[in-house]
Amino acid sequence: MSDTFQLDGKEVAFESGQTVMQAALTAGHYIPHLCYHPEFKPHGSCKLCTVEVGGRTVASCTLPAEANLNVESNTGELNALRRTLIQMLFAEGNHFCPSCEKSGNCMLQALGYDLEVHTAGFRHMYPDRPLDASHPDILLDFNRCILCELCVRASAEVDGKNVFALAGRGSGKHLIVNAESGLLKDTNIALTDKAMQVCPVGVILPKRVGFTVPIGERRYDQRPISAQALDDAPRPPSGARHE
Amino acid sequence: MLPDANLIYGDSPKCELDACLQHIFATYGNNKTNLLQILNEVQACAGHISTDAAAYIAARLDIPLARVKSVASFYSFLHLQPQGEYRVLFSDNITDRMLGSQDLMQRMCQQLWLQPGKVSEDGLLSINTTSCTGMCDQGPALLVNGKVITRLTLQRVQEIGQLIRNRTPLAAWPAEFFHVDDNVYRAGLVLGNTLTYGEVLRNSLQPGGVPIIDSIKQSGLRGRGGAGYPTGLKWEACRNAPGAEHYVVCNADEGEPGTFKDRVLLTRQADLVFEGMTLCALAVGARQGFLYLRGEYQYLFESLRAVLQCRRNANLLGRDILGQIGFDFDIEIHLGAGAYICGEESALIESLEGKRGVPRNRPPFPVTEGYLQQPTAVDNVETFCQAALALQMGAEKYRAIGTAKSSGSKLISVSGDCPRPGIYEYPFGVSVGEVLRDCGAVNTRAVQISGPSGVCIGESEFGRKLGFEDLPTAGAFMVFDDSRDMFEVARNFVHFFAHESCGFCTPCRVGTSMLKQTMDKIAAGHGTRYDLNEIEHLDQVLQSSSHCGLGRTACNPVLHTLKHFRPAYENKLKSLDFEPAFDLDGALARARQMTGRDDAGAHLKGDE
Repeated sequence: MSDTFQLDGKEVAFESGQTVMQAALTAGHYIPHLCYHPEFKPHGSCKLCTVEVGGRTVASCTLPAEANLNVESNTGELNALRRTLIQMLFAEGNHFCPSCEKSGNCMLQALGYDLEVHTAGFRHMYPDRPLDASHPDILLDFNRCILCELCVRASAEVDGKNVFALAGRGSGKHLIVNAESGLLKDTNIALTDKAMQVCPVGVILPKRVGFTVPIGERRYDQRPISAQALDDAPRPPSGARHE
Repeated sequence: MLPDANLIYGDSPKCELDACLQHIFATYGNNKTNLLQILNEVQACAGHISTDAAAYIAARLDIPLARVKSVASFYSFLHLQPQGEYRVLFSDNITDRMLGSQDLMQRMCQQLWLQPGKVSEDGLLSINTTSCTGMCDQGPALLVNGKVITRLTLQRVQEIGQLIRNRTPLAAWPAEFFHVDDNVYRAGLVLGNTLTYGEVLRNSLQPGGVPIIDSIKQSGLRGRGGAGYPTGLKWEACRNAPGAEHYVVCNADEGEPGTFKDRVLLTRQADLVFEGMTLCALAVGARQGFLYLRGEYQYLFESLRAVLQCRRNANLLGRDILGQIGFDFDIEIHLGAGAYICGEESALIESLEGKRGVPRNRPPFPVTEGYLQQPTAVDNVETFCQAALALQMGAEKYRAIGTAKSSGSKLISVSGDCPRPGIYEYPFGVSVGEVLRDCGAVNTRAVQISGPSGVCIGESEFGRKLGFEDLPTAGAFMVFDDSRDMFEVARNFVHFFAHESCGFCTPCRVGTSMLKQTMDKIAAGHGTRYDLNEIEHLDQVLQSSSHCGLGRTACNPVLHTLKHFRPAYENKLKSLDFEPAFDLDGALARARQMTGRDDAGAHLKGDE
């Protein structure tokens, strides 16, 4: 018998070593998230998955699951917090969805719709973030970076290449690539790298395929992100578990 | 440190940098955990870290170049671009401002034909601001190429300008510029101690003595960095945690604006600090210790190293300490490089490992997984001093000092509007009013206790007592008299937090910038009630979702001053409910600058 905790009043089973987010997704319960990816160790920077446990608010992706925790996630207050965090991310970068080729496949945009972010909320910062179009096959549009570090983690942990890193501090934090020239063309990135696949927004883009699938027929055009995130979660194959 | 490294500059021949790099690697080896130390040395030697130097470091340490840049760009005192032969940084704490630092900086910029934040076209110098340098009792202060200059006056600033113009090497500048006073006005348990060094350690090694951890637990000693965690419990948890190695770390990254007690302790009581660390090592079973010294206190580095050497010579450090077979312990000093966040213990450990100072996810806590994932006891400078004294006096006697839940004494760093700013040591439980009387403060409007992340209290609360029961403090005590605009005080602190946010989590990275924008909007006369509501909204977000204490406390200065001094805000508000953040007239500032115009016609009509 495995231990369980409560998530919004529902019983969630977990295995030792799992975090609240991991256990919840595995059990088929959605908690909004952005920097969390089921294949990587959670690091808890976007704070979208913040939940309330015993009067404390804490990121669920890094919170170790414990028996009998009483976790609240889908509350008006927490969703309002998530809405503000999404607004902050939109205000921090230069996100212009109508002209973005990631539109419809972008998690930030999808979460914005799903959490009903109807207004800008904050004064936009309009940072100056030049593109890197140096690579023949890959475009980097830093304007859309939300600093989730997924590409950094993927390149280091899966590809073994360390193509990406974060530099600067505070509101000056930004993505850089591993080359003396500072240009992507001088790195050893390849189209087949894991780092090419994990960007939740539209920073790392393969060239010449942007509109192969027309806008309107893309992933989050079909169904909201809350209904799809569970598809990505690691699940025990049905029938594989023997009691 | 390299001898007089400041004499070699960025445009020096490449071979000088090469020689410098050779020397650095001879000292530090190819150890990745020394990355920040190596970068500090290159910065001191060459004035910036060139791509060539960064690539060389990356190759030697076998790490990606991007990681070297990633780490270097995290710290304020490291530069990847040339910053001038002379890099002048004015300390920008509110206490410096109250002593006229902004005007002095402007005068220096005028004298040298320079804009703040820019490098002069001849590459001679740059002038900018930096967070509190810990010289609040003798400000305004500045750093030039990392060296601190205190008690600035217009005359001194002009002399500095002249020395820079003449390209006079720093070593030939008048010595009194660099003089730092201790300003101890009230000594107690720690500052008045008469221990012979090694005494406590010797006693603790005697057979039949009270075990260290039990004694510390019984003494009721709590951490002096502000949070007040029971020291005995921390040491016990560290000792009991399994690990191939255990480590002791002294947090001397005294970055909280208005705090400078560790500066004085490290100047006067370095032996006591190291004795406390050695006792901790004995208790938890550590063989290696680190003192993480904030970059602003670089001038203490050599004297601290000399104290360590004396202790080695006296067999108080090193192998088989005081003849106890197997008791090996030594201490290394690591220098920070201008990052307030490294005062947070897990960020400090990251920095010690040569990484960006980003706070870790907790749990696990450092006592189980700290430096290199091994059990690590991290304590404040003052805590180690108190620990050594508590062991020497015995738990019972120590407990008798202070109050029931706050035993022992506390060093208070007094600055701001008072005739005698400096260090005051009291038993815990002293009232705010008593400290104000002792430092001679009159017409006091407010006191900021424990720095921007602490609390701001008004006159009605001056009867409150310093201690964990009432007003916990890391030591900062900034006094503001009735001539001060408390809104401007809060705005200064908000700028500080925005500058020091590490940028890891969304709420703090973006929220502190938003807060800064809102405060600036109010200061510019465009604020409305809507903005005050916005501040409260941001506060909720920062408090409920930030990754660490920096974000969670970033709104404190605003909330506390709003509570006590609301008129200071309301006087600045327009009566409107809403005014857009976009300042139409402000947007023309660049055009005005480019055309050299500032007449009425160059401004939008109707803008007050």
